[in-house]
Amino acid sequence: MNRKWTETVIEAAIRLSGFLLIAFVFLIFLFLLKDSLSLFRVYPFFDFIAGTKWLPISEPPSFGIVPLVMGSFMVTAGAIAICVPIGVAAALYIAEIAPGFLKTILKSLIEVLASIPSVVLGFIGIVWLGPFVKNLFHLRTGMCGLTGVFLLAFMALPTIITISEDALASVPRMYKEAAYGLGATKWQALWRIVLPAASSGIMAAIMLGIGRVIGETMVVMMVTGNAPVIPTSLLQPLRTLTATIAGEMGEAVSGSDHYYALFAVGLVLFIITFILNFTAERFLRRTRR
Amino acid sequence: MNGAKLREKIAFTVLGFVTLLVILPILLILYYVISRGWGAMSWEFLTQNPRNGMKEGGIFPALVGTILLVIGTMAFSLPLGILSAIYLVEYARDNLFTRMIKLSVVNLSGIPSIVYGLFGFTVFVVFLHFGASILAGSLTLAIMSLPVIITSTKEALEAVPMSYREISLSLGATRWQTIRYCVLPYAIPGILTGTVLSLSRAAGETAPILFTVAAFYLPHLPRSVFDQVMALPYHLYVISTQVPNVPEKFSFGTGLVLIALVCLMNVVSIVLRAHFRKKKQW
Repeated sequence: MNRKWTETVIEAAIRLSGFLLIAFVFLIFLFLLKDSLSLFRVYPFFDFIAGTKWLPISEPPSFGIVPLVMGSFMVTAGAIAICVPIGVAAALYIAEIAPGFLKTILKSLIEVLASIPSVVLGFIGIVWLGPFVKNLFHLRTGMCGLTGVFLLAFMALPTIITISEDALASVPRMYKEAAYGLGATKWQALWRIVLPAASSGIMAAIMLGIGRVIGETMVVMMVTGNAPVIPTSLLQPLRTLTATIAGEMGEAVSGSDHYYALFAVGLVLFIITFILNFTAERFLRRTRR
Repeated sequence: MNGAKLREKIAFTVLGFVTLLVILPILLILYYVISRGWGAMSWEFLTQNPRNGMKEGGIFPALVGTILLVIGTMAFSLPLGILSAIYLVEYARDNLFTRMIKLSVVNLSGIPSIVYGLFGFTVFVVFLHFGASILAGSLTLAIMSLPVIITSTKEALEAVPMSYREISLSLGATRWQTIRYCVLPYAIPGILTGTVLSLSRAAGETAPILFTVAAFYLPHLPRSVFDQVMALPYHLYVISTQVPNVPEKFSFGTGLVLIALVCLMNVVSIVLRAHFRKKKQW
């Protein structure tokens, strides 16, 4: 009898924890939505989503997120443009070309990169990369979009490399062997057969890479200069959605419009990453099949 | 050498060069942080409070704070993560509920860390009145680490051969007995590896603890889970951006300790994996 009782309790706990996972996602969404709606009751939704000025503490305040969205968009586009080709090339090398021992070393180094805390990379950006970019382009300050782009590209590499590598490794051997049988060189087989066959896994890698870059907070807050104006060039200081929340939450008075506006920014981020992850999952499922 | 062979040679050289381009900065950064931070390493640096506006002394409270946060995170995320992975692998049928759980795990893994920070602040700090505290910070980090723990536990459970379960069930064991005695023992290495890995991420995170637990300057140890603590990543942020004129070796030293802590946890997870893999036989 006692054993049966234990069994019931444990099974209930197991089912409950599955349910809790769904609850967490819903709760995150609901709490962000609740506080965002408090803003939209006093501040028009359209002015928030299409407003071009983010002036939270001027009188009257203005909560237009276009400058922040543009800031996030520009650093993300820049970082992805750099890290996708490099990441896929490195994944090809690690998965298909590198000899066994080198492969192990390279993979562990990529794991080391993945585990370096972002605040350390931000610090490196301040003391080393920022001044380097400043001197290279003769800027007034090295704390600009481009410094952020370099660091974000670097940070997204492990995501892109590991997922692309998995995708490349899951292409059936037969494909390659058939190509060799027809007289293709190893490179021709890789370039024309394996890479296209892995394309949907690589798309997933890119999606997740974008999600990683858009959501990164500390690096962009520390090195991009934090100027909430619509950026026209990556050589200017700019500010992202994430850095705005992190930088202003401490000062915003609890319950003020500014406070709620930051939750609305959080909601926007939540929705963007939700869509990216959902799409990536679709691509990944196609690879597995 | 014909054209195709030559092209192959060029392509492979370029790919190798690009890979070098990825690896070199990693080594460079590690070298840079170690060489500059080494000078700060001393027993005093690790065991003393910061003094004189954080320009002297050590990082003791931040180090302890980070360790406490890691323990707190583990206390919440380990049971919850393992139980939900067991549900997904051993109990779930292919229905809407299961698909929703899987979708939730995918989305939890993609939510930006700062959004976790916002959520933790509004739910744990404000709504549940925990205040900025170890409890609120640990809960926030725990929810964030769940996806990695669940994914690795799932993989570990799925790797246990089906026949183990069938034999146990055929001998009259209940479902839970089967899981407890015939599945979990063999899945432990995978579970530990994933857990330590996700905890090492949690140790290095800054954004989720900004408003939920991290203290700017607090030169004593916490007395209860409702106290704030300093934390290494936030401390590095503070002394490198908020406090002027902190000696460079202090910032590098803090960064070095943080990287060392995270890498140490990774090494532990690799050793655990290797150790258990030797014992595993099927």
